[in-house]
Amino acid sequence: MDAWNSLISLLPFAWAQHGFMRNALLAVLVISPLFGILSTMVVTNRMSFFSDALGHAAFTGIAIGVVCGLGEPLWSAVALAVVLAVLFTYVRHRSHMASDTVIGVFSSTAVALGIFIATTGGGSFTKYNSLLVGDILSVEPSRIILLAAILGAVIVLWLCSFNQLMLSSVHPALASSRGIRVIWQEAVFSCAVAVVVTVAMTWVGLLVINSLLVLPAAMSRNMARNMRQYHLFSLVGAVVAGLAGLMTSYYIGSSAGASITLYLAIFFFVTFAFRKGRM
Amino acid sequence: MSTHQHSKGVGRCGARCCLKVEHVGIGIGGTDILRDVSFHLHCGEITALIGPNGAGKSSLFKAILGEIPYSGSIDFEPVGGDKTHPLIGYVPQSPTFDRGDPVSVLDFFVAAISDWPVFLPVPKKLRARILGCLRRVHGEGLVDKRIGALSGGELQRVLLALALEPLPHILVLDEPLSGVDIDGERQLLEMLDEIRTTYDLSIFLSTHDFATLEQFADKAILLQTTVLKVGTPTEVLASPEFKEVFHLNLGKGAGTRGRVE
Repeated sequence: MDAWNSLISLLPFAWAQHGFMRNALLAVLVISPLFGILSTMVVTNRMSFFSDALGHAAFTGIAIGVVCGLGEPLWSAVALAVVLAVLFTYVRHRSHMASDTVIGVFSSTAVALGIFIATTGGGSFTKYNSLLVGDILSVEPSRIILLAAILGAVIVLWLCSFNQLMLSSVHPALASSRGIRVIWQEAVFSCAVAVVVTVAMTWVGLLVINSLLVLPAAMSRNMARNMRQYHLFSLVGAVVAGLAGLMTSYYIGSSAGASITLYLAIFFFVTFAFRKGRM
Repeated sequence: MSTHQHSKGVGRCGARCCLKVEHVGIGIGGTDILRDVSFHLHCGEITALIGPNGAGKSSLFKAILGEIPYSGSIDFEPVGGDKTHPLIGYVPQSPTFDRGDPVSVLDFFVAAISDWPVFLPVPKKLRARILGCLRRVHGEGLVDKRIGALSGGELQRVLLALALEPLPHILVLDEPLSGVDIDGERQLLEMLDEIRTTYDLSIFLSTHDFATLEQFADKAILLQTTVLKVGTPTEVLASPEFKEVFHLNLGKGAGTRGRVE
């Protein structure tokens, strides 16, 4: 962290002199590739709204943590999100319901439970408002290290099991005939998304986290013709939007999460207009 | 149409390798999906599995693939060898792909046949190996196409190439002719014929297309929970069992035939 701080301080920009901006920059450099990578599979696997449901579950998890008097309610949120991810995968495989229906069931249950717990005994829900918008400028170095570790874990997961994951998603019958345990692949992936969404939520904010998981890959699909391009465009798009969004938020005082999302949305519509040969 | 006519003899196991399916039963929740199913498949033969929807065709395939538990036995006997578990190449029915999915044929192969992470640049050697696989189905030109952009016939050929890597003992195809136009169907059947002679493997496919059955299949199995009739396609189509199951009469001399020749 010290090396990072002294390195960035050398930059001839006003923002580089602020400790919180140096932290935020590092956090963006960790979070945006993380979302860029996960995004590819979230979109291919039609789980765009799954992250939304998880965000709601994280709310509930934090409410439970607060009620139980945990020092760090983040952990109860992560635990609940993982449980939900596993349950979601199980229900999706065991029923023939469309995944958006299953997601809807889980999402509404989680929200209701969260509000129920938080308001029991006349409690107020407003103290959770910061989670809705999020604030990347409030990020602490310890959290950045945690996020970097998660990024590392996701990269390892990708190297080891992306092939199986992709095959399970594109052609489940073929995957299982080749000995791939489709349900396990999906469960592991859902858990990875659960952990990332929950941990990142505090800074990115629930309202924009879903778009960060969907837009990079959605944009990339407008151009990519194969998996290498798909990952590259998604990753580059996420990082560029992350940096541009952070700078915009510094100079005009807007929310960083919303700025990043808006950049990604612009990328999406520009690539959409120029895409070729697609229906 | 230059579809080949094959010898119609239902072979004995004799000197040929053979997949022996004996007394296979599958029950789910107290109902019999399959009951006492027995038949043999021989190398170099094309066997067609016919039967109405819900007759248990897909379940039988899954049992052969070892994906679901079953009673009875399914063994493979190579020429002069001992019983082993067969290596099966499977061409499943395909879901409709999202046309926008950025998955090329190359990606699909890399993910299925190698451990190389598909999102990294593909090594030349692996690409050459995949081109070799596609050459078997005359599909080298498809390698960089997206799978969502393939026609029904092209997709079947790609899946066929995938099923032939590694080279299996038995090739199982789940309704390969559905969703394929007439031209694609002819190409696919010619290709299966070529594969059967080149690699001397046994081909087992399910179909609802009775019109072309006699042209390409050596043997037909009529399935409805159990095996109702085994024989040459001509025998099976003319059998009272076939008439009973489908309320149709397609046998020789029945008058109302739907052949395309």
